[in-house]
Amino acid sequence: MLNHRLFAVENVYRWCGRWLPWLLALSILSLLLGLVWGLYIAPADYRQSEAYRIIYMHVPAAWASMFLYLVMAGSGMVALIWRIKLAEMISMECAPVGAAMTALALLTGMLWGKPMWGAYWVWDARLTSELILLFLYIGVMALNTAIPDPRKAARAAAVLAIIGIVNIPIIHYSVVWWNTLHQGPTVTRFGAPAAHVSILLPLLWMAAVFKLTCFVSIMARVRNTILLRYRQTQWLQKNA
Amino acid sequence: MRRDIKVLICRELSLLGHYRALWSQPLVFFVMVVSLFHFSIGVAPETILRMAPAAIWVTALLSVLLSLERIFQADFDDGSLEQMVLLPQSFTMILWVKLFVHWLAVGLPLALMAPLYAYLVQLPAASGWALFLSLLLGTPILVFLGSLIAALTIGLRRSSVLTGLLALPLYVPALIFGSQTVSAAAYGLPIAGYLALLAALLIPTVTLAPSAAAAIIRMMLD
Repeated sequence: MLNHRLFAVENVYRWCGRWLPWLLALSILSLLLGLVWGLYIAPADYRQSEAYRIIYMHVPAAWASMFLYLVMAGSGMVALIWRIKLAEMISMECAPVGAAMTALALLTGMLWGKPMWGAYWVWDARLTSELILLFLYIGVMALNTAIPDPRKAARAAAVLAIIGIVNIPIIHYSVVWWNTLHQGPTVTRFGAPAAHVSILLPLLWMAAVFKLTCFVSIMARVRNTILLRYRQTQWLQKNA
Repeated sequence: MRRDIKVLICRELSLLGHYRALWSQPLVFFVMVVSLFHFSIGVAPETILRMAPAAIWVTALLSVLLSLERIFQADFDDGSLEQMVLLPQSFTMILWVKLFVHWLAVGLPLALMAPLYAYLVQLPAASGWALFLSLLLGTPILVFLGSLIAALTIGLRRSSVLTGLLALPLYVPALIFGSQTVSAAAYGLPIAGYLALLAALLIPTVTLAPSAAAAIIRMMLD
């Protein structure tokens, strides 16, 4: 039965503890499968040959970086409206994972940019807006650590995340609005995707796997936060 | 209502008369940093034409940023901010007046100095106008948007670096359109489009930020 007890901290702690090992195993296995599929089985591109394969890290990381920001702001909104502790924790634990995804997307993009564009970094609209996304994540984390009371810190940082959400459409449409170096959308455009299905399928698989991995990592982080914050309570000392 | 606003404006203005450093220091800072740019980029006219719009906009942004902490600090320290929350008058309106007077003290002087600066570095006359108009439309965005960050970091000690870290990403759109206005004018291109974009950023910021800041301050004070 889906009632509010399901979201009580005690139950979340127990639920995370039970599901984490299985989900972790699943995400590692599917990540390996996706890597083999993308890096060996998928055909090479006729113009970029093998170098294009970095998209199997780059695109899923970039999608996850924007998706996690929406999750962070969304659960932050839930935390502000209904004052649910779990939503505060989820919102705050999205920030480091999302920052890692943003950094990964930037890093893989730079590694790809060197052989393809001839430069690691170009002040292109999408690169710049992704960099600002990284700054926003860092800002949320910094505000969260700067305020001593953890619940007030989470709410303040959630407000910042919601203010920063205006950047998400800018990143997403940057390649459409400003015709700079980064290529336009190939998958999420109107009509059929511009990539062949043998390249597209492993990409979509990796995108799903990245989301799963982020979910698992956020779950583990939330569980750790509960352990840290409620270590004095009786139910935790009995269950831990 | 009108009397309340008048009383509030008088209070804020007399506070400004008392704390002269609030509006004089950002101005001095602005002049110093702009001249530092000239020491480092040189005096070749074509370099100035290319760099001056960016330099002056970034400097204006930093001057406003430095003043953000002071918007609520004094009122928070002596407890009058809590009293303002408890007043029967709308807290949003009080904040609107506070932010408007803060802009009068910090933003408007920057905009007024711009044509003078443009004349000194021999920018074309059109650039001076563009600089003035873009700062006139842009500095309220910086002040009102920054007030949200000031509200979020209320009561935190030594938070100036944090304020910068949080506010700068939000300032990027205003910076882009503001400095593009001036660059376009320097090359003799029409600037109405950029000014319209700045105004489009200005209107929602100035109308929505005070109520958002009011909600944040209520949240941070309880």
